[in-house]
Amino acid sequence: MTTTRRIAIGAGLAAGLSASLMGGAATAQDTVRIALVAKALGIGFFEAAARGAEEAAEELGDVEIIYTGPTTTTAEGQIEVVNSLIAQRVDAIAISANDPDALVPALERAMQRGITVVSWDSGVAPAGREMHLAPSSDQLIGETIITLAADHLPDEAGKVAVLSATSTSTNQNVWIAAMKEYMADTYPDIELVATVYGDDLADKSYRETQGLLQSYPDLDAIIAPTSVGIVAAAQAVQDAGKVGEVNVTGLGLPSEMAGAIESGASESFAIWNPIDLGYAVTTIAYELATDAATAEPGAELSMGRVGTATLDENNEAAMSEPFTYDASNIDEFASVF
Amino acid sequence: MTRFLKSREAILLGALLALVFLAETRFSGFAAPGNLVRIFNDTSILIILALGQTMVILTRCIDLSQASNLALTGMVTAMMNAAMPGLPVPLLILVAVGIGLVLGALNGLLVWKLDIPPIVVTLGTLTIFRGLVFLVSGGAWVNSHEMSAAYKGFPRADILGLPVMSWIALATIAAFAVAVNRTSLGRAFYAVGGNPGAAVYTGIDVGRTRFWAFVIAGGLAGLCGYLWVARYAVAYTDVAGGFELDIIAACVIGGIAISGGLGTVTGAVLGALFLGTIKNALPVAGISPFWQMAISGTAIIVAVAVNRRRTPGRIILKEAKA
Repeated sequence: MTTTRRIAIGAGLAAGLSASLMGGAATAQDTVRIALVAKALGIGFFEAAARGAEEAAEELGDVEIIYTGPTTTTAEGQIEVVNSLIAQRVDAIAISANDPDALVPALERAMQRGITVVSWDSGVAPAGREMHLAPSSDQLIGETIITLAADHLPDEAGKVAVLSATSTSTNQNVWIAAMKEYMADTYPDIELVATVYGDDLADKSYRETQGLLQSYPDLDAIIAPTSVGIVAAAQAVQDAGKVGEVNVTGLGLPSEMAGAIESGASESFAIWNPIDLGYAVTTIAYELATDAATAEPGAELSMGRVGTATLDENNEAAMSEPFTYDASNIDEFASVF
Repeated sequence: MTRFLKSREAILLGALLALVFLAETRFSGFAAPGNLVRIFNDTSILIILALGQTMVILTRCIDLSQASNLALTGMVTAMMNAAMPGLPVPLLILVAVGIGLVLGALNGLLVWKLDIPPIVVTLGTLTIFRGLVFLVSGGAWVNSHEMSAAYKGFPRADILGLPVMSWIALATIAAFAVAVNRTSLGRAFYAVGGNPGAAVYTGIDVGRTRFWAFVIAGGLAGLCGYLWVARYAVAYTDVAGGFELDIIAACVIGGIAISGGLGTVTGAVLGALFLGTIKNALPVAGISPFWQMAISGTAIIVAVAVNRRRTPGRIILKEAKA
């Protein structure tokens, strides 16, 4: 051990001691490094969440945000990212997972090394994280997407189809299941004619939409709970000259959907606020990493300005319900995210 | 005529027609002229890229970077359009082709001057170009409402019942048909792939010929970058992710020999159309999406197996069998 290092540790101990003597308000001597791991880099939604995380970091003060992720939406890519974060000895990892199970071993290793692990947006199996913050409850999202379609159907009756991302995408499948359950009770006259998968690729989503328009000429609405899919579907409907006949709705980002709202291909769509989500998960990760709070069933975790999250028996919590965007407010939000 | 009937192109054409017929039995209206035009238009980009790839494969090389090249040029033109909506579309197309040519020339130079195996060079540039997309865009999308109407409208404009995009594909096919059969460069592609050693003795510069093949493939990828982004009206970092494999699959189905020196323009076009028809048939045929990849893969293997058994077509400079 070199002398300088010994002095540094001594100084650190002294600072820690004095801090605890002063009443223990400042428990962390060092910056708390929180890694925000996206499904993939370059997706507007996650970029917006990173902005929210930075906002939280500014409020909290001693926080450094490391925004990272693989270049494609694969679990393999995320495992590599997690391994490198373990090597960097970050204090907390907040991840939106590409696969609920594949990431568990890597994240368990992180937790064994004292790193706080939470998942957000798309969850990890309970063994691989301390808690999960869903952007909204799956139930609320399922209800919202079918309600968006129903609101623009005469007499709440008609034919709808779902354009999803990949067939193995956790959140997509849960939302679609919740949607089906809700529509059976609330909208008995709406028929779900098909569920197709665009794999979050613009060209495949476009082609699948064309297929839907051909296979079901009397289709009334397409519900795409995915940001790549909804944009491609709106473009395909516009190119097919079916604006006004087929309403494209689902989950999308205001900046990406502004064109579709303008052309009329989409009447309305919904999304929670990703900035709020990044903000909330960063705040929670900070509290858990600094031991200001513990993730256990029933615990109430503060999300700063967003409110309070209450953990259920699986250590999961929902942030808020999705927010609807249409012609009346799209311009205001299109410049935000 | 009988020679044509025995050729691999005739077999492929037969398979294509059978595929269309099969799709028609599952979904009435699939073989309607309007729908076939739509499929051709949808496959235009794949056709153009496959023709570029064919030139590269003929010279015994391979270009894995086409889709990344497409993504980069598409992103750059979209960003230019968003920043300066007044720029005329023809200028943006020239920029797209220009960037594509430069990126292709980079591949070509590395293969030619440094003698690095093409698969290694283009695997590297695949990642580099894709990385550059992140770099220039900062990860942000260029969205539909940020693009000008002219930018999005050009490939869709209707001339004599066909969208401009289809016309561009047809023009590319015609240009290649002439270039490959009637120019010395076209013959050099075959000669270099057929027997590189002998090609040197006939006065062909193997490295230079390969360089030009990469430049052509790059320029076409650049052109497709604009077409792709304008068509789907969105530019994001993962544009055409994994599309390089579709392009190579189209070439292989079309009977372009991966070992070089063997293949035709007609074959490449039919190969692309075959793949494009499968992609368009599966969504309406009511077949589970889980089968799509398996079906595409089976088509490739069957195509290669059939091709191996056929007598080869045009060969310039045959390699001696040991």
